[in-house]
Amino acid sequence: MVKTQTITSMTEQQISEVAQHLENAELNAQDVVKITDQYPGLTFNEALDIQWAIRARKVARGTRIVGMKMGLTSYAKMAQMGVDKPCYGFLADYFSIPQGGEINSKELIHPKVEAEIAFVTNAELSGPGCNTGQVLTATDFIVPAVEVIDSRYKDFKFDLPSVIADNSSSSRFVIGGRAMSVNEVDLRTIGVVMEKNGSVVELGAGAAVLGNPAASVAMLVNMLAERGEVLPAGSFVMTGGITAAVAVEPGDAIVVRYQHLGDVNMKVV
Amino acid sequence: MDKELITQCGDELYDALINRTTVKPLTDRFEDITIDDAYYISLRMVERRVEAGAKIIGKKIGVTSKAVQNMLNVHQPDFGFLTDDMVYSSGGEMPISSRLLQPRAEGEIAFILKHDLAGPGVTNADVIRATDCVLPCFEIVDSRIEDWKIKVQDTVADNASCGLFVLGDSAVDPRKVDLVTCGMVVEKNGAVLSTGAGAAALGSPVNCVTWLANTLGKFGISLKAGEVILSGSLVPLEPIVAGDYMRVDIGGIGSASVRFV
Repeated sequence: MVKTQTITSMTEQQISEVAQHLENAELNAQDVVKITDQYPGLTFNEALDIQWAIRARKVARGTRIVGMKMGLTSYAKMAQMGVDKPCYGFLADYFSIPQGGEINSKELIHPKVEAEIAFVTNAELSGPGCNTGQVLTATDFIVPAVEVIDSRYKDFKFDLPSVIADNSSSSRFVIGGRAMSVNEVDLRTIGVVMEKNGSVVELGAGAAVLGNPAASVAMLVNMLAERGEVLPAGSFVMTGGITAAVAVEPGDAIVVRYQHLGDVNMKVV
Repeated sequence: MDKELITQCGDELYDALINRTTVKPLTDRFEDITIDDAYYISLRMVERRVEAGAKIIGKKIGVTSKAVQNMLNVHQPDFGFLTDDMVYSSGGEMPISSRLLQPRAEGEIAFILKHDLAGPGVTNADVIRATDCVLPCFEIVDSRIEDWKIKVQDTVADNASCGLFVLGDSAVDPRKVDLVTCGMVVEKNGAVLSTGAGAAALGSPVNCVTWLANTLGKFGISLKAGEVILSGSLVPLEPIVAGDYMRVDIGGIGSASVRFV
């Protein structure tokens, strides 16, 4: 690829090339330098174009899109990654790992796990102007889920446009525990305890995600509206890490215990 | 340390507390001070408070998080004494200007006992059985040691850096809440500052109370029915100044708030 060039708008050809480049990095578990090293002027919209182009490549191959995820939604994560606002990504069918299942590290570059609360909707949500109240009304249930993130960028170092282009580091997820209605629990104070190989490594509560995980769903809907998209009924949405992301390696056992919602667990092989 | 020096250090810390001044770290001045010496100093300090009319109403457990244990390079908690003049009401004001020096707030779970607990041999089951209720709590820790330059002996001698505390309005049966996973949200001036969960304190706040009962039991001291036990912070300490408003919510337990003036 061409050495550093400053551009203000990418051609369709360039979007397509970068999408292929980043998707190959994911599929081959091979890290790459961040996209903004090559395209320093990369805008949010161009970054999203790249992400949607990756999504289209998968769909064209017969892969199903099974949900959406929000990333960088906690103040801790934004600080950890040096960015100042959240981002979204999509979840593909092969990202889903069963409760108690194995995360195959050979398929990943440098995986990290983070504890989240996921929402499943029962009505379409559309922005702009989507708020937490509408999200709660349209929520069928919540369920505990752990996301395995895996930036395709070298050393997990990126800026906001680069991470958006890279599908917000999405790679795998595990749904566990028990489903509950939003009116049975206080989303802000649901506590989360992450254990790695039997030791507590991270703790937090729901409010770590934008003050309330439901606010994360509303933000997703409003971000989708900027591209003329809606969140259809039946969507599965991971709202973002309550805890900081924890690096894992083969042999690690991860158990996340949630207040009211049970456990999510997995092995890394 | 000999008895005279212990009394002298306890008096010095008591005077610092009353006059709202700080002292140089004891560990800078007495290199061979042990943790046991430090507890005797804290006993002298609290003895002076009792002589001045205060009543002991419970204990606090400190150094319960991994982060603080690593900072102090110790692998066990510590404890201090709670007196009746330390308690403030939730929703009320706490006067930094007349009561505190260099305060920091921490969110905790408080246990109120209904039966005595006499170690050694106390288990978590005994603690649950002896607990009347748990409440949300802000402990306002404070140090009479200059600039918080504490080693473990300094904080133990200084009554485990205890300052004042606020108990919330709701009390819950410990059988009704999962004390390991209950989530904590701390807000400062209306914004989420930190979150945590029960497991942050030695894996469970119940472990902390069990540790205290067994540790005191070795010295023939028991925890008494009616006592308040602050079980240790679930979030990082936060420095506060007059004008700050803090609120803590704990999943399944309730909330407490305090305005600093």
